[in-house]
Amino acid sequence: MSEPATDHGGHGDPNRRDFIYIAAGAAAVGAVAMVIPPLVDQMNPAADTLALASTEFDLSKVQEGMQVVIKWRGKPLFVRYRTPKEIKEAQDVKLTDLKDPQLDSDRVKKGKEQFLILVGSCTHLGCVPTFGAGDYGGWFCPCHGSHYDTSGRIRKGPAPKNLAVPDFQFLSDTKVKIG
Amino acid sequence: MSDHPSTYEPKTGVEKWLDQRLPIVRLAYDSFVDYPTPRNLNYWWTFGGILSVCLMIQIVTGIILAMHYTPHIDLAFNSVERIMRDVNYGWLIRYVHANGASMFFFAVFIHMFRGLYYGSYKAPREVLWILGCLIFFLMIATAFMGYVLPWGQMSFHGAVVITNLIGSIPVIGGPILTWLQGGFAVDQATLNRFFSLHYLLPFVIAGVVILHIWALHVVGQNNPAGVDIKSKEDTVPFTPYATVKDGLGMIFFLILFSIFVFFLPNALGHADNYIPANPLVTPAHIVPEWYLLPFYAILRAIPDKFGGVIAMFGAIAVLFVLPWLDTSKVRSMRYRPVMRWFFVIFVVVCLGLGWCGAQLPDAPVVPGLPSFTLFDGEFNSYLWLTRALTLYYFAFFLLIMPWVGLKEDPLPVPASISEAILAEHAKKKGA
Ligand code: HEM
Ligand code: FES
Repeated sequence: MSEPATDHGGHGDPNRRDFIYIAAGAAAVGAVAMVIPPLVDQMNPAADTLALASTEFDLSKVQEGMQVVIKWRGKPLFVRYRTPKEIKEAQDVKLTDLKDPQLDSDRVKKGKEQFLILVGSCTHLGCVPTFGAGDYGGWFCPCHGSHYDTSGRIRKGPAPKNLAVPDFQFLSDTKVKIG
Repeated sequence: MSDHPSTYEPKTGVEKWLDQRLPIVRLAYDSFVDYPTPRNLNYWWTFGGILSVCLMIQIVTGIILAMHYTPHIDLAFNSVERIMRDVNYGWLIRYVHANGASMFFFAVFIHMFRGLYYGSYKAPREVLWILGCLIFFLMIATAFMGYVLPWGQMSFHGAVVITNLIGSIPVIGGPILTWLQGGFAVDQATLNRFFSLHYLLPFVIAGVVILHIWALHVVGQNNPAGVDIKSKEDTVPFTPYATVKDGLGMIFFLILFSIFVFFLPNALGHADNYIPANPLVTPAHIVPEWYLLPFYAILRAIPDKFGGVIAMFGAIAVLFVLPWLDTSKVRSMRYRPVMRWFFVIFVVVCLGLGWCGAQLPDAPVVPGLPSFTLFDGEFNSYLWLTRALTLYYFAFFLLIMPWVGLKEDPLPVPASISEAILAEHAKKKGA
């Protein structure tokens, strides 16, 4: 090399060595930045997990007053055939009495109010609530004591939200597609 | 100590040859044979060696279990049952591993209370203490994921409840939860990655243990008097003195370990974990393993979901900053007449939190006693007892430590370790 070693760095003009420093540093930063997303994203749900995301159910399997539990996306799904009394109870509740205010009519399909479909996972920490227990005629979560009403709305206990209603649509009078 | 000159002299030709190329025998000799050890160490100091043995036992039994275990939601439970029934000595290996985790935590709790009482976290041992806290945190993560592997009812629903805690973080909680679980629920993806991490973390722990011991050998061991080593009279060589004392402590520890493995192998576990995981039914009462109960109690003491998570992690995080919370110049609580009583209460509070963690929050503490409702729960309930204990836990570190350190009049501290020993002998003779 013809340049004196002391030329590097310091005050002088940017020289070839400075350029190599910056270029190598930038390439290293760029390489790390490009490596991180795949390493992180591989932990997100895989394509086949996402593909399993919808399911169909034949409603003629549930009788009035009963609940059928099926598995959907690894979680329990409650399919309830409500009695007229339970529907009326759910509709008569004042919104101001609710912790997470929502009308019963926003949680079921019009004309099919008897069918209530819920993700059976307590909105507190994910335990499975039991049907027919609790103070509000709906579900009771044994883990830390959350009470849900006949519309699956949270009424008492540590859970912050109503039991989730999944996206679903009626394919025919007795068939629903969930997800 | 760092200023301790190496006294290793290679004797054979092979040792000389190796010493010039990789002085590994010299390192071992200087660390475990001729290492100057305070001559007043008591049996509370044997738990460091015991913990190293615990880690080795977990790694050896774990690698063997992994040869027979299948990380699949349909096969995991049966593969563990096969280990118990069909694999030669499989029952022994698994019982040692499962009870080994409990023994490991039992030893680490004693080791930590020891450090707390004798002020081993104070200058110049802050980094040593922080590395220890890091090991403790990694142990919790490892044990939690290990407990998920047999895929019983407690495994599954424990994993659901604990991962859902992450979901309580505002805004980003939901996506992080899905990312962590690898799906929309605790499922195959979750089990598989927990197995991978459960295999990995013990080796990370082993790495941090090496740093922990390195830091120990730079600053030197603390001792019951809490004063620095001043002269040769204050120390004895590690071998035979510490080696033999550690060895005896270990024998008693292994006897306790064996009692659990051979006579009470399931006493510390939960019967529900012998029921295969069923995502559609939750056990009536979810409890973590005993060693996590105090933290679980703190989690439930806070009425807000996210607040509970913060408090639970805060209970561990506060340990990391402990060296800067204690304002006293005196290390050992032997010479701190006020603080030692707060320490005794603290130990009782920790045990109490563990007890509360296993109870239903709404259950009355004293059945039959009249009670009244205070805010969101009965006053005579574990909820309020847990809250009182949680308050003391945090107050101990954040208020009592800084405040008592400034106000207290410590007893006279001996000038050196040898003086402390002579004073003790004189007292014994006089009595
Ligand atoms: C820090 C060290 C370790 C701790 C605290 C620990 C803790 C645990 C715990 C609590 C269990 C559940 C036991 C049960 O109830 O059945 C478990 C299971 C298991 N561990 Fe570990 N472990 C450690 C190291 C390792 C290592 C290094 C490996 C593998 C190389 C391993 C492999 C396994 C396997 C395959 C299982 C499932 C079989 C079973 O449940 O018995 N562990 N571990
Ligand atoms: S998980 Fe349902 S109340 Fe806590």
